[in-house]
Parts: sequence; structure tokens; C-alpha cells
Amino acid sequence: MFKRLSLPDAPAQKTVIVYFDGRQVTAQDGDTIAAALLSAGVEACRTTPVSGSPRGPYCMMGVCFECLVEVDDIPNVQGCQVLVKDGMQIRSQHGARRLG
Amino acid sequence: MKTYDFAVVGGGLVGSAIAYGLAKAGHRVAVLDEGDVAYRASRGNFGLVWVQGKGLEMPSYSQWSMSSASLWPSLSEELWDLTDVATQHQAPGGVHLCYSQREMDLRQADLTSLAKATGGQFDFAMLDHQQLREMIPEIGESVAGASWSRWDGHANPLYLLRGLHAGFLRCGGTFLPGSKVHRVHQRGDSFVIEREGERVQAERVVLAAGLGNRLLAPQVGLHAPLVPNRGEILVTERMRPLLNLPTTYLRQTGEGSILMGDSHEDVGFDEGTETPVLSHIAQRAVRALPALANTRIVRTWGALRVMTPDGYPLYQASLSHPGAFVACCHSGVTLAAAHAKRLAPWIAGDSLPSEIAPFTAERFDVQTVIPA
Amino acid sequence: MTTHDLVILGSGPAGMAAAATAVAYGITALVVDEQPAPGGQIYRSIESTPLKERRILGDDYWHGKALVDGLDDPRIDYRPGTTLWQLTRRLEVGLLQGGHASMVQARHVILAHGAMERPFPIPGWTLPGVMTAGSGQILLKSAGLAPSAPVVLAGCGPLLLLLAVQYLRAGIPIAALLDTTPAGQYWDALPLLPGALRNSRTLLKGLGLLAELRRAGVRHVRHVTALEAEGEDRLERVRWQCGNDPEWHCLTTPLLLLHQGVVPNTQVTRALDCAHDWDERQLAWQPRRDPWLATDVEGVAVAGDAGGIVGAKASAMQGQLAGLGAAIALGRVSEDKIHGEVKRLRRDLARETAIRPFLDVLYRPAVHWRLPEDETLVCRCEEVTAGEVRRMAEQGCRGPNQTKSFTRCGMGPCQGRMCGLTVSELLADANGQSVAETGYYRLRPPFKPITLGQLATAAEDTSG
Repeated sequence: MFKRLSLPDAPAQKTVIVYFDGRQVTAQDGDTIAAALLSAGVEACRTTPVSGSPRGPYCMMGVCFECLVEVDDIPNVQGCQVLVKDGMQIRSQHGARRLG
Repeated sequence: MKTYDFAVVGGGLVGSAIAYGLAKAGHRVAVLDEGDVAYRASRGNFGLVWVQGKGLEMPSYSQWSMSSASLWPSLSEELWDLTDVATQHQAPGGVHLCYSQREMDLRQADLTSLAKATGGQFDFAMLDHQQLREMIPEIGESVAGASWSRWDGHANPLYLLRGLHAGFLRCGGTFLPGSKVHRVHQRGDSFVIEREGERVQAERVVLAAGLGNRLLAPQVGLHAPLVPNRGEILVTERMRPLLNLPTTYLRQTGEGSILMGDSHEDVGFDEGTETPVLSHIAQRAVRALPALANTRIVRTWGALRVMTPDGYPLYQASLSHPGAFVACCHSGVTLAAAHAKRLAPWIAGDSLPSEIAPFTAERFDVQTVIPA
Repeated sequence: MTTHDLVILGSGPAGMAAAATAVAYGITALVVDEQPAPGGQIYRSIESTPLKERRILGDDYWHGKALVDGLDDPRIDYRPGTTLWQLTRRLEVGLLQGGHASMVQARHVILAHGAMERPFPIPGWTLPGVMTAGSGQILLKSAGLAPSAPVVLAGCGPLLLLLAVQYLRAGIPIAALLDTTPAGQYWDALPLLPGALRNSRTLLKGLGLLAELRRAGVRHVRHVTALEAEGEDRLERVRWQCGNDPEWHCLTTPLLLLHQGVVPNTQVTRALDCAHDWDERQLAWQPRRDPWLATDVEGVAVAGDAGGIVGAKASAMQGQLAGLGAAIALGRVSEDKIHGEVKRLRRDLARETAIRPFLDVLYRPAVHWRLPEDETLVCRCEEVTAGEVRRMAEQGCRGPNQTKSFTRCGMGPCQGRMCGLTVSELLADANGQSVAETGYYRLRPPFKPITLGQLATAAEDTSG
């Protein structure tokens, strides 16, 4: 859905490698998890606990709680509020959370 | 002015259960309720249908609770048939957790005397840590054991209220929300109930206005010395099933969220929450189920219990104003079935259920008992 | 518990200006913000954005630099990545930083946590691929991310136009701009134009954006009256109707960005139980404030868009005013001494906000965008439809709290942020009463979820 603009005068950013459902995702230092997933073509990051319908990031400012993902075994993390870190294991969520 | 057979003042769990019972029996009933924001214990409670440990000083309370627990499945079923609202009632038994052998011993002594006082009707079992772990695999190491009773269960109190409310409407009841009733008086053979800009007339009136009964009861020759007692509750995000039976202060709802309570605070009419109290509830929950430590709290709230001086219910018919009744208690969920199926018929003219004979206000004049 | 003279929530224009103003009077300020960097949403990522070419984001964005620089002051304890989870009427402040919860005691609090986008409930708005214009702009500013295929923008309001222009300047194609501004609204707003001329700079900027879009030949569809997002498990198509024309138009697109203005985020002021008023012009709740921007809760002021939408420049002015109010409240200066300064500030503020009535009327979302049809989801978390909310009104629910307890509407993780305005308006409409009479959700802490483990240690911790 989103691509990174090629900006000639942009300062070089450090590349950060994270994993989404085991798949390697190349992000940039300073990206939020939600931004990194959107740039990697991830559309839905979870299904709802009510009807199981797919959801993806919506507001990107911490209000809507749609971009919830499991991060390093901790479920229901707001992906738009947490920055990526090298080696981060991000997982999509399905329905209600498990103990983790 | 249209005259109803009954006017029920208060649209909370107590009023709605009575009104539903009356409407279902074919009476013309109006419920007068406040607006959207009021002291509403019914929206803030925990949702236990609970028997064990209740009525230690007054066995009839235990019997009344057991009667209601027994009637709960049929109430839940008929609300479902009538309204499609599921109360999520389940009675898998419930446990009260104990953290030391001493607590276990005290609990056992209390419940043994309760079993004796009820002629063996109330029964229970003590579970050691291992037995408890078989029921709740996630139970914490520091929990010594628990008392278990088959009488206990839980329901969604909000859906119960919605079901009673919808069932009442289905049975032809009239719901009159809007504002607080400030005056009730007898005129000839009927009662006039007054609130801002409105008067409602009914042959009989049931005061089920929770803490509001304090001011209304004396107007029809009744006495309701009630005080608020705050309980704070925390609720988590929705979780996969992990706690398949309710405990005294921790239960998993039908939606999957975990509810935890219950504080008892004498703070007047303050519905707020206090961080130290919330912290304490959280500590206790983590002690009971350590795996909950990284579960998220999405909301906390305080709600005011409707407490009589001894903590037991108050049901009374007025002698000076025949046709006026008062009903209040802090166990609107547990007692909902008894209120709909036994208290309502009494109000409509049947004989008094024997268990509730002691629950008149006269007992407060004689002695003060420590709240249950 | 550590005591702080002044705690400021938010490091957008209002929060940054409040901090800079207050410290000049010898006050030390603790500034907390959930975001990783200062600037708020308006100046988001101003220090790190990869879009260094000033022309793309525009001069107004780069204006924020001076304010952000002002945060670098030894008297300001600026804590990014810090979430406010609790604030009591006794000014106990609950903070969550790096997974650690703590409580601090404030003597004075300035809430400057800004606005959020007005919910835009249309059929299909929960599909992945449907986002907000604000989110598009955040991705652009913070990560240099832009739509990878021609995007559809829909709705109304200055932010939508600004984003369209920023995309154009960055060379990003726009499939269509679906404008939901009702046909007659330009005429409704016209009488307010003379007042708006007092802030001609903003007015001209808006006209400039429209001209830029026109020159670029962007497909600008006006008077859109119905809008739907469609797709199986993600957005595939956007459909719309125009005016009274029954014909449906359709565009295939992977991304729809919605926007119909911004509204104050009242989550914290509601939980504090501040008095709020319904502003019929802005169609939003606002905390009630005195001329010093103080709420009816002793020691708590609200500055910037959190108190009513005024825009970035006016927010900074309000921040100054609230900062001066804090200095007076904390006994650092007398009101007489700063009389002249305050007078000038209020005059500038009046000039800056003179354009608001015009903008509010021009971009007022039409009633059918605020009262969706029965099948449309209103509460995204608990998946409650508009029809269900209307049924509750039929059953006697006068307000959102009874409706919430009967349907779970507003009980999910977002705690009503995404449905609250819609539910109040739906109930008001169905019950034939005003929104003010209908009221709003009763909110409670935590403002953001906090784990049991964090809460369990929060009361003991005094390190904050």
C-alpha cells in the first residue's frame, strides 16, 4: 500500500531488520512497527476477537487501537506507537489474546 | 392520569427484576428510572451469582441466595426465549481462594457452621493446592487452597439488566426514564409519584431506587437506613479462556475479559478510583494467577454498593401506607431470580417467602451487626 | 511520590509553547508525550523527517522548528515515549515509560494533548486499506512513506487538501479527491468571510492549495453524497454517488484515506470529570474553560486543540497563555505585572482564530456523514452498528452510558474514542433531544492500557 519515497537529499537511515510472522522485513531506523509493516505490503495485522474480521492500521496516532500486534511475545501492542528494533519478532494476532 | 397497577421506582437490577416479575404476571407496571448518568450499582457490579460464605450471621440470607441460585437457570432461559438476550449465566461452581493454612482453617470453620445452620442445604468442599490446580491450571504457587461450592456461578450483569429490561417491555411494561423521583405520597387508594415535570399514579408502589430509597422510604412510612460502600473493579483486554470458574474476586467474562475486584471502601458518594486500591487489586490478582502479570487493564471503575447496616437485604411492606413496598440489597445479580420469581409475587399479594421474613427494618433498631 | 510544579501533557505547539513560557518564570516543567519525538502531529518528526525539501511539507510545517528548539532547556524535563495512564482530581499523574509505571504529584497541569480526526463511519471503513488522511500525513512526515498506487482521498477539511498537495509535490499520483462538502455550504460560509479576512494568511493558503490541485489536474469530484469502501478481506474498490444523481461511480484502489475534520481529544478531560459543552458549530465536545484556559478542576488547564479546534499557531498562543496562567497559579508572577503581555496575546489569538467560524461552517460534515445508516459499524472495537444503537434508543436508552452497558458499544480497547461522537449524535437524533442533553461516555482510567504487573507496582514506585 505504501512505498518509500526516493529522496535524493534525505539523510541515510540505518536499516533495521524485523520479522513479521517469521518473514523478514526491512525497515528503517525510526519507523514505527505499523509504518514498517505498511511499507512491507502488510495489509491486515490482526483479526478481531468479536467477528474475526481482518484489520490493519487506521489512525497511526495511537487512538484507534486497530494496529495491535504481538511484539516479542507480548500481545496487543499498538504498532503505531512502538519503534522497530533489530531482530524484533512481530506476529499477527488472531482473535482474543493468549497469555504470553 | 393513567393509573398503573404498580409503579417501580428505580430501573436498576432490583427494580427491573421485580418489574419484570410483575409484568410477566400480567400486571400493568411502570418503571421510573433516572437519566443516563446516575449512581448505578447495576452498571458497576461484578457479576457473581454467589452463595458460599453469605449469611454467616443470618442463615435465612443463605437460603434466600440458594433459592435464587436455583431459579437462575429458568430466569436466564426465559429471558433468552423472550428477548434473545443471553445473560451468559453459568453455574460451574465457584471458589474462594485462601493464601495460608490458617485462612483455610477459618474458612472451613465458617462454612461448616453455615452448612449446619442451613440444615445441610448449603454444602461445600475444601480444596488443597493440588486439587485447586486441577480446576485452575494457572493458579499461583502462593495460593494454599480454596473453598469450593457447587452453588456458585456468574453471569453478565449488564446483559442481565438488558434482558430484564427488554423482557419487561415485551410483557407490556412501560419504561419511563428521565429523572429522579423526589416525592411519593398516597392519595386515596393509590400512590402519586412525582418527579420534575411529571406525576405518575399507581395503585401500589415499589421503592427500588437503591441509595435513593433513603429519602423516599420515609415518605410512605418505611425506613431505609442505607449507606454507600465503594467497590473498585478492573477489567482486562479480551483473553482466550483461562479461568473456567469464578472466584470471589476474579472471574473471566463470556467475552474473555478478566474482571477483578472487590474493594470495600467507606468513602461516601465518591465513585472514583484510587491508584493504591487499584494497585492492591492488581497485586492480589497477580498472586492468584501470576500469568496475568502482563495482561492489560483497559478500564477501571468505582461503583457504590447499596448497604444496609448489617449488609443484608431490606424487604418490607408499609403498614401505615398499605400498597407501598421497599426493596434494596447489594446482591442484585445473585438475587435477580428470587426478586423476579418470589419477591414480585409477594408484592402482588402472595404469601411472604419464609426466608425473607427477617429482612425488615425493625432489626436495625435492635442491634448493629458488622457488615457481611 | 515526586512533586513537580508543572506537568504538561503533549509536546505539540501548545505544550511546547506552554513549557517555554512557564520556565521563563523560574518554573521547572515536566513535559510528557507518547510520541518518540516532539512536535505533536502537526510538526511530527520535524527533526528527523526524510523530506528535507522544504517545499513538499510547506513552510507552515517548518515553522515548528523554533518551538521544538525551545524544548532544549535545562528547566524542561522532556520525556518522549511516555504515556499518561492516570490523572486524578488531586493532580496525581500516572506515567508509563519504557514499560515502567510510576506516579508523580503535580502542583499544576496543562493538558495539551491535541486533537484527533473525527470518526468517519462509512460502509467498509474497517477494511484494511481504509485509513485516515492524518495517518497518510504521519507516514509521509515520519517515514517518507507514500501510497504505492494512485490513492483515493475522500471527505472534507483543510487537512485533506493539504495532504493532496503534499502528495502532488512529492510526485505521488492521486486517483481522485472525493469532496463531501455539501453543495450549499459555500453559501452558508460566505457571510462569515469578512471575519475570516482578519486571518487572511490562512485564507490565502487554503485558496492556494485549491489552485495547486486544479493546476495539477487532480480529479476533484465535488458534492459526493454517498461513499462506500468495498472488498473481501481488504479494500478493493471505492464507490460513491454525487448530488442527487442515483448513479454509482466506482474506482479500483488499494488505499482510501478518509477525513472530515478534527475534534478535541477529550479522553483525559472526560476521565477527570471536567465540565464539557457541546459546541454546535464545531460539532464536538469541549472542556469548559475560563479566560486563563483553566477547567473547573482546580489546577488543570487545557491549551490548544484539546480544548476546541484552533489550529497550530493559535494553539501555541494558547500554550503561552496557559503557561502564564501556571506562573500566576504557582505564585511566580502577579496578574497585574503581565497585564500588557496578556492583552497583546489575547488580541493576537482573536485575530488568529477569526477564520475558525468560516472554516467550521464551510467544512461542517453533513448530517448523513455523522448519522450513518443502520448497517454501518459505529464501534469498530466491539463491532456495534448504527442500527443497534438506534434500537437501544427505542428501548429507552437516553444516553451513551446505558447504551454502552447494553451493547458493549465503546467498551473495547479504544474506550469510545472512535465511536463516542457518533453514538451521542445518533442517540440525540433518535430520541429527539439535543446532543448536550444526551451526553457522552463516562470515561475512566487507565487512559491507555497498562498491564496488571505495572499497575501492581505503580502505587509503590516513587522514582518518577
